[in-house]
Amino acid sequence: MIMEDKTEEIIRVEGVSFAYDGVPALVDINLSVHRGDFLAIIGPNGSGKTTLLKIMVGLLKPKQGRVWLFGQPLEAFKHWHKIGYIQQKATNFDPIFPISVAEVIAASLNSVSRPVKTGRRQVKNKIMGALQTVGLETEAGKPMNSLSGGQQQRVLIARALATEPEILLLDEPTTGIDYPSQENFYDLLGKLNKQERLTIVLVTHDYGIVNRHVNRVACLNQKLVYHGEHSEFCQSDRFRELLHGGHHLISHRH
Amino acid sequence: MNGDLIFSGLFLRALLAGGGLALACGLLGVFLVLRRDAMISHGLSHVAFAGVALGLALNLMPVIFSIVVCLVGSLLILKLKQAARLPGDTAIALLSSGGLALAVFLMSIKKDFGAELMAYLFGDILAIAPSEVYLALGLAVVVTAGILLNLSRLVFMTFDREAALVSGLGLGRLDRLLVMMTAMTIVLGLRIVGLLLVTGLTVIPAASALQLARNFKQALLVSSLFSLLSILGGIVLAYVFNLPASAAIIFLALLIFILSHLLKR
Repeated sequence: MIMEDKTEEIIRVEGVSFAYDGVPALVDINLSVHRGDFLAIIGPNGSGKTTLLKIMVGLLKPKQGRVWLFGQPLEAFKHWHKIGYIQQKATNFDPIFPISVAEVIAASLNSVSRPVKTGRRQVKNKIMGALQTVGLETEAGKPMNSLSGGQQQRVLIARALATEPEILLLDEPTTGIDYPSQENFYDLLGKLNKQERLTIVLVTHDYGIVNRHVNRVACLNQKLVYHGEHSEFCQSDRFRELLHGGHHLISHRH
Repeated sequence: MNGDLIFSGLFLRALLAGGGLALACGLLGVFLVLRRDAMISHGLSHVAFAGVALGLALNLMPVIFSIVVCLVGSLLILKLKQAARLPGDTAIALLSSGGLALAVFLMSIKKDFGAELMAYLFGDILAIAPSEVYLALGLAVVVTAGILLNLSRLVFMTFDREAALVSGLGLGRLDRLLVMMTAMTIVLGLRIVGLLLVTGLTVIPAASALQLARNFKQALLVSSLFSLLSILGGIVLAYVFNLPASAAIIFLALLIFILSHLLKR
């Protein structure tokens, strides 16, 4: 059981700016994620959401500013097993890749450096435990490319969970997945956040489908337009602007 | 077939060296094909040619020269791919033409390469010397161990590079490992199937295995098995029917690919 500490800062983004070949993508972003948060990063296409997430996990280096992970500067951070990351279009992997569901998880579990070395039996138990959490324990032996998009996405969540991360960062995880599967997926994230106290950062353009699970919102349009509590966000002018501005931030299905 | 011939040192040596090569090619090939790096082995075989020509020109062990030249070439390809922002296989084309040009130049200096050079171009496994068998087995052990000891990391990186990067894996080290093992496998294949056909061995058995395998373990096993079947079968066919071994090996590998492809359907 992780010690409950609402004030613990897991990610801090400090004055971060980024540009692609001179074209600014992010301007002076300041943002923090605390333990137990379920933060949605929203914004229109090209607003820098993916860029910000990639900077948070060290895939991109900010032109200005710094990122802190678990109180350490990102450059010095070593405990990467604490971080689970699922990139955009993660299920668009090579369809000819021969790999079973269990192998997808085992490859990551055996690769990630952890303080204590895990034995073969323990690895198996962890794989099955993670698959159980996402409701796919019967699919362990199946080829990954025989699963539906929604199931594949769950396998990737299981892969991230197996290393027992303290924070999960996801970039548009449900692109190309049918609507009922999307709802199931976000219910699972909500459950992980509430029951397991897993901190979650989610980049999405469809705020409507996630808004009953998130507790914090960061609204991005190169600059950070809003950053705060979800409940306050819904009453803010910014929310109404977005609602009427045709930004497609809000799902029209509700 | 004459029993004496089967157990002759010549034949046994060929089988031993061939078996080592088969295992290395079978395992490595799966990664090369899935990483879309099949052409790296093609490029490196041309670089190895420069090493052979250098060794022959200096009358020193061509295999040793090719190992060194090939290892340097493999790291250069990797560096060029990353640093020069060259798209796709352009870096490989640069290096392989450079290697070939160097080989042609060296050959023009010393003109009487003759049969020796042919043995490296097309392979001559039935004439392999005991010392070369030891070297082949040594290289095979290094490549096989390199892959098996890093298996999970290599699978993770090949399947999902971005997630592997975020998990803190040193991907630069793993990229170098793979490309250096490719270089060693190419050199290992020099005397067996020759420079011109060694790419086939690193690619065809893996491509066949991918037609059938449902998981990664199967892919590695089936690829190694097909590789073994092609090389050992090819050597036997060559021995019995007096054919060029390299051609027999590649024909057999291609036949297995066609059968696997038909079986998949």
